[in-house]
Amino acid sequence: MTTRTLRIALLTSTLLAGAAQAQDVTLTIESWRNDDLTIWQDTIIPAFEAQNPGIKVVFAPSAPAEYNAVLNSKLDAGSAGDLITCRPFDASLELYNKGKLADLTSLAAMANFSPVAKSAWQTDDGAATFCVPMASVIHGFIYNADAFAQLGIEVPKTEAEFFAALDKIKADGTYIPMAMGTNDQWEAATMGYNNIGPNYWKGEEGRLALIKGEQKLTDPQWVAPFTQLAKWKDYLGDGFEAQTYPDSQNLFTLGRAAIYPAGSWEISGFNAQAQFKMGAFPPPVAAAGDTCYISDHTDIALGLNAASPNADQAKVFLEWVGSPEFATLYANALPGFFSLNSTPVEMADPLAQEFVSWRDKCQSTIRSTYQILSRGTPNLENETWNASANVIKGTETPEAAAERLQAGLASWFAPQQ
Amino acid sequence: MSGRRQIRWHIAVFLAPAVLVYTAIMIVPLFGTLNLSLFNQTPERTTEFVGLSNFRTLFGDPRWSGAFWNALGNNAWFFVVHMLVQNPIGILLAALLSSPRLRMAAFYRTAIFIPTILSFVIVGFVWKLILSPIWGIAPGMLDVVGLKSLFAPWLGKEDYALTALALVSVWQFVGIPMMLIYAALLSIPDEVLEAAEMDGITGMSQFWKIKLPLILPSIGIISILTFVGNFNAFDLIYVAQGALAGPDFSTDILGTFLYRTFFGFQLQLGDPHMGATIATAMFGIILIGVCIYLFGIQTRLRRYQF
Repeated sequence: MTTRTLRIALLTSTLLAGAAQAQDVTLTIESWRNDDLTIWQDTIIPAFEAQNPGIKVVFAPSAPAEYNAVLNSKLDAGSAGDLITCRPFDASLELYNKGKLADLTSLAAMANFSPVAKSAWQTDDGAATFCVPMASVIHGFIYNADAFAQLGIEVPKTEAEFFAALDKIKADGTYIPMAMGTNDQWEAATMGYNNIGPNYWKGEEGRLALIKGEQKLTDPQWVAPFTQLAKWKDYLGDGFEAQTYPDSQNLFTLGRAAIYPAGSWEISGFNAQAQFKMGAFPPPVAAAGDTCYISDHTDIALGLNAASPNADQAKVFLEWVGSPEFATLYANALPGFFSLNSTPVEMADPLAQEFVSWRDKCQSTIRSTYQILSRGTPNLENETWNASANVIKGTETPEAAAERLQAGLASWFAPQQ
Repeated sequence: MSGRRQIRWHIAVFLAPAVLVYTAIMIVPLFGTLNLSLFNQTPERTTEFVGLSNFRTLFGDPRWSGAFWNALGNNAWFFVVHMLVQNPIGILLAALLSSPRLRMAAFYRTAIFIPTILSFVIVGFVWKLILSPIWGIAPGMLDVVGLKSLFAPWLGKEDYALTALALVSVWQFVGIPMMLIYAALLSIPDEVLEAAEMDGITGMSQFWKIKLPLILPSIGIISILTFVGNFNAFDLIYVAQGALAGPDFSTDILGTFLYRTFFGFQLQLGDPHMGATIATAMFGIILIGVCIYLFGIQTRLRRYQF
């Protein structure tokens, strides 16, 4: 008799506990930003949960390089989280077309974003938007301000000044002029080719002409960035061929290198690591007074897993992500991820302010390879990694690299045929 | 009434668990992969049967076939390095270990075998650090012996990267041939060796003339294990060089090529059908290699019964 009572008591308590838990809905966020784990856990999620009792949010990131593969497998298997951090353009578009991401066009918060901000997460005709834009990243160069002061170097504005500065740092010998390696390949393309390139192909003008088929990758304005990259070789550290991305970050933050070809996402990490004053400058232009172009790349957004059982609660979260409140919180918690919200966001970090100030004096564009052009096989973005790394190492000439990219693109992209 | 023989149910009952588990986790997925390679996705996002056209793309399209032959060539070199370095060193170490005059044999045996049980991730990461031109100890150690000029960022050079990684893999796995050969050497009866000594065959010539022929079957097994292991390799390259198997695809082997194609990479979307096609080609290559060994070599090996 006692055992039976005990059993019933246990059973009842389990059921009750289950019912109590069921009132709280837990939303899981899939992301590649594993660096941001603490910021989500300590700052962003508590702010949301305080306003929305009953909804718990878990940030569950995976490693950046594996994210797309892991996410696709999870979505196919039905085990992915409720909220999906969206890569820009085709990777997410493909997920939307396959019915893995829900249509979010009707979300009220979408009114807070400009068409350009939304373009990375829309269908080609712009009819449906499937992710709430979160942030863009800006490319440029971060420099060791103490080293520049010590060597008496002015911040370079033109190409000639840029290479003069590099020569001076090299001649002095205290610092490695530029911290970059080719081991991981993507830095060469993302922080090299797509960082300095917009000045040559004139930003959006060249990028759109390429998509329309009016320009070719073998045109001078598309080969010029490779010609510049080829000159970088002499200013990189010893053994740069085997230098990885974390190696480069450490070389710079330890104060052993003077200039770091950067994306603004580095700011928070560098602020925490570096013991010296840092500054930033946009990619140098060919001649003083030329219009400057910067890569202001729409990089990160948040979408809804179409198979999520908690779609209503997830939409509450997404509305909040689209609000100016989230924009302020996010941009200040993660200086370097610049809000895409139409409401201007006040940022406290001086380095982030420097980066974002270029939006006023330069023309913004996005990375040339991301929209439409990386849809086929061979994949233009991945080929550009390889070509940029080869050009920097000097194992392929700028012309040969450009020709190879053009041939690859033309093999499947009709406007280029 | 000697009667029919009873059906021996217990055989089926005892085999069933192994057969069921093996079928569920090996045979069904294998045929699933072979099946997947015969389909492709249409622009309307449905799958359709395309016969062997994926294979025609893989071997006919210059881009696909270029990448495939590059990966296969690299894989062959990866295997050759293992056969020329790992297995002879393994045999040498086993011969030294089985020498009765060697002291602390158990210590050496354990020390040499330990890397085998380490994770690829640890091995890849540790060697990347050792060989790093910036933080590594390799440049410093070469400097101490005055050979700094020989140092190069090996993992970043097209000419050396694959060989360097193959040697890292050899370092990790040399314990396995060593252990197998060591066991084979210990199983040689003392009478045979004593008889050899009576005939005046000692030392090196005893190894070449008596022991080596007796351990040949073990060497055959090790070769085939090396072959299968190398052609299925993936982890070390992925950990050390990433899915793009840099520099300039010089370390791309079939495993990384398959991974990139099947799961996609960065902006490149995964293509399960072409991925399965590569997996099928890998299966075929390994099957051919194993068949050559089984029918061409193993049947000709002489066996000795003691």
